[in-house]
Amino acid sequence: MAKIKFQLNGKPVSLETDLNRRLLDVLREDFSLTGVKEGCGEGECGACAVLLDHEIVNSCSVPIANVMNKDIVTIEGYSTTSRYQVLREAFEEEGAVQCGFCTPGMMIASESLLHKNPNPTDEEIKIGLSGNLCRCTGYNMIIKAIKRAMKDGDGKW
Amino acid sequence: MSDISKSIRKTDAAEKISGQAKYVADLKFDHILHALTVRSRIPSGIIKNIILPDLPNGYYSVDASDVPGKNVVKIILEDQPIFPKTEVTYLHEPILLIVGPDKAKVKELVNQVQIEYEETTPVFEWVDSVIHYHFEKGDGSKPFTKANRIIQYDYETGYQEQAYIEPQGFVGYTEDEKVTLVGSIQCPYYVKNAVIQALGTTEDQVRVIQPSIGGAFGGKEEFPSLMACQLAVALRKIKQPISMMYDREEDMLVTTKRHPAKIHFEAALDESNHIQSIRTNVGIDGGANTGLSGVVLSRALIACTGAYTIDHLDVSGDVFRTNTVPNGAFRGFGAPQMYFAIEMFMEHIALDLGVDPVTFRHNHLAKQGDHTSTNGTFRDPIIMDEMIEKAMEISDFKAKRKLYDDPKSNRGIGMSWFFHGCGFTGSGEANIIKAKVRLHKEKDGTVQILVAAVDMGQGIRTTLRKVVSQILEIPIQQVVFDFPDTDKVPDSGPTVASRTMMIVGGLVARAAKTMKERWQETSFTVEKQYEQPSYIKFDEETFQGDAYPAYSWGINILEVEVDPVTYQVSVLHAWSVYDVGKAIDERIVLGQADGGLAQGVAYGYLEVMRHESGVLKQKNMTDYIIPTAMDAPTMETVLYENPYAYGPYGAKGVGELTLVGGAPAVAQAIEQAVKQRITKIPATPEYLMELVNNG
Repeated sequence: MAKIKFQLNGKPVSLETDLNRRLLDVLREDFSLTGVKEGCGEGECGACAVLLDHEIVNSCSVPIANVMNKDIVTIEGYSTTSRYQVLREAFEEEGAVQCGFCTPGMMIASESLLHKNPNPTDEEIKIGLSGNLCRCTGYNMIIKAIKRAMKDGDGKW
Repeated sequence: MSDISKSIRKTDAAEKISGQAKYVADLKFDHILHALTVRSRIPSGIIKNIILPDLPNGYYSVDASDVPGKNVVKIILEDQPIFPKTEVTYLHEPILLIVGPDKAKVKELVNQVQIEYEETTPVFEWVDSVIHYHFEKGDGSKPFTKANRIIQYDYETGYQEQAYIEPQGFVGYTEDEKVTLVGSIQCPYYVKNAVIQALGTTEDQVRVIQPSIGGAFGGKEEFPSLMACQLAVALRKIKQPISMMYDREEDMLVTTKRHPAKIHFEAALDESNHIQSIRTNVGIDGGANTGLSGVVLSRALIACTGAYTIDHLDVSGDVFRTNTVPNGAFRGFGAPQMYFAIEMFMEHIALDLGVDPVTFRHNHLAKQGDHTSTNGTFRDPIIMDEMIEKAMEISDFKAKRKLYDDPKSNRGIGMSWFFHGCGFTGSGEANIIKAKVRLHKEKDGTVQILVAAVDMGQGIRTTLRKVVSQILEIPIQQVVFDFPDTDKVPDSGPTVASRTMMIVGGLVARAAKTMKERWQETSFTVEKQYEQPSYIKFDEETFQGDAYPAYSWGINILEVEVDPVTYQVSVLHAWSVYDVGKAIDERIVLGQADGGLAQGVAYGYLEVMRHESGVLKQKNMTDYIIPTAMDAPTMETVLYENPYAYGPYGAKGVGELTLVGGAPAVAQAIEQAVKQRITKIPATPEYLMELVNNG
């Protein structure tokens, strides 16, 4: 057990915990942030994606020890931003959501992509999403949603 | 009134995007216990002795001796124990549960359980037939005696894993003797009825509730009944809330998959290159329990002529029992295996005859009024001619086909034609399911949809509300569709077989029409029960009659490039044309089209799962490859309207149709690129290299 401090969705937090615990479990169990999903537990599917110092990471593969003094943003935090609103509109409008289990992770991946590259090509969008598995949509409508967000949110990223 | 096909935003999209939607693992209970499963370490044997570790206070084991009712999972064929008493029939078969408050401790205890077995010889060959079907049409295989030419091929298909992103899971709790189960499921009443039998209790003592579902694709049709029975037995014993969540590896190792199949085809051709008769034999691997494999086999056999009319048929098939993980429902339900085989066979016959495959197939295409493989009738208009023309035009099929015939080309284009029988096969809908729906009008004018249909991503929470609001001419916000809870909703049947919009939606539409007539009343309920159209009759014994009330039709065209060195396949583009009667929401149907095709195509070339002596070699998302965004081709889909009289607004089935044509279309495209005949899927680089090297 040790004390861990980090920024979570814009607020400083601290907790006493076992340093080997997965960030995913801490977020879901200790902070009830259940928008962060567990799909595979081995860093393949991206359903548990969060932003760590604005880099996308799979929270199932991050021990809580590595989060000391870092900045973590989950879908719950991201959903308070104006960029989120642009992406949400685009996802809804383009039919990018089916079962929804991959969707919070897809939103985080979309933010991460657009943050680094506000004008990605189709190929760059596909690469940007390639760490996030979706079994429902065949990805076409998610790609269209990101293209719509690029246009509608021009200047936001 | 606007056209119902006009897309609206899905009513549950916003809560899913924001992460607020609650899936089963997101539900919180105080003092919840965790159940983990002790599994067999051998594929076949007799349990001689089980030695449990000392269980600390508050920790429990749950096994066959705790089952108060019948120790068998209620599925179609009841041959799966809830917990085996003595015999183990596959590797990782569940034997008992360990339940307790600390998950890590439970895991430790699970690993300490020792089971002594007397091993028996497992069966992995397909020799032990547990179900055999045979039927004929016309003169059966008699035309073979006077055939001008006989052509035969053998085809093989592999496992496919549903790979829903949310693994299977349940939580449960008790109130007095009543057991409530909340789970990631497709069929609330399948679960409820299975649990009633397991507990030997009455209907009012079991309640099943659906939360948000993270994908299912058939994988959450019958498998959850096993988990639910085990959990219910534990709940009755322990009487505290219990959570039973599979992680990905457990889910992949033990849940049902698409049946591997071996399909033999023979065709008797006359002088004018017309098929007089087809003889076919289909074997599917049922795994250790038969469950619903017989129904999967039926659908495969009935689909044996594909989209074509063949006058004389001799059709047989078997479900084989092997000491492997039981196979089960997966979107398409036997049809994807058969469509791969028949579509390749039609192509291969044409190539062997040296005639144009499109013309050859067109000469056999089914028309309105033709007799189906089971001597039913295609009663409704078939508009495949114009759909095929459209598909070939938007894909530039003819020119590309010609261009890629160049021996130096490593590209290919392939096309599949298919239909999918909507709803249950045979008389299941009328004789077994007897679906019931209710609509309830509240004093304030809101209308509740009371059905057991589950939204697992296909959008039924949006589309059913759309149907009701449109008929009642009230805003969609005034129509409520809560998650199914068996204490509140009638049994409208399972969420399977592309039946939800056509059958359940059809009943809901009828109820809404009645409600409209009585709209001036303040608060009332309307109930409707399914009645089979009187002309639909099917004999389950002889496979004679109309196997389905309606058919959806489709065409897929796929274009690929195959790397000449690595034989890696890149899927470049996909074009589809579908007749689903009437789209209740165009964008939702197009979303189903994209996702179904992605699964169907990947089944054909990408998704590899196999076992060696009963040990699955792929057990997680790292080993079992499903398409990423990088693998996704651009997809263009065109919908044709061809309303079905008994569907709401003319709607027919959608979900499965969009999967069944993917594998043959991509396999034909790969075949053209590598200039070899493909008879096996998935067409992996290893297989392609072998074909090219061995000629």
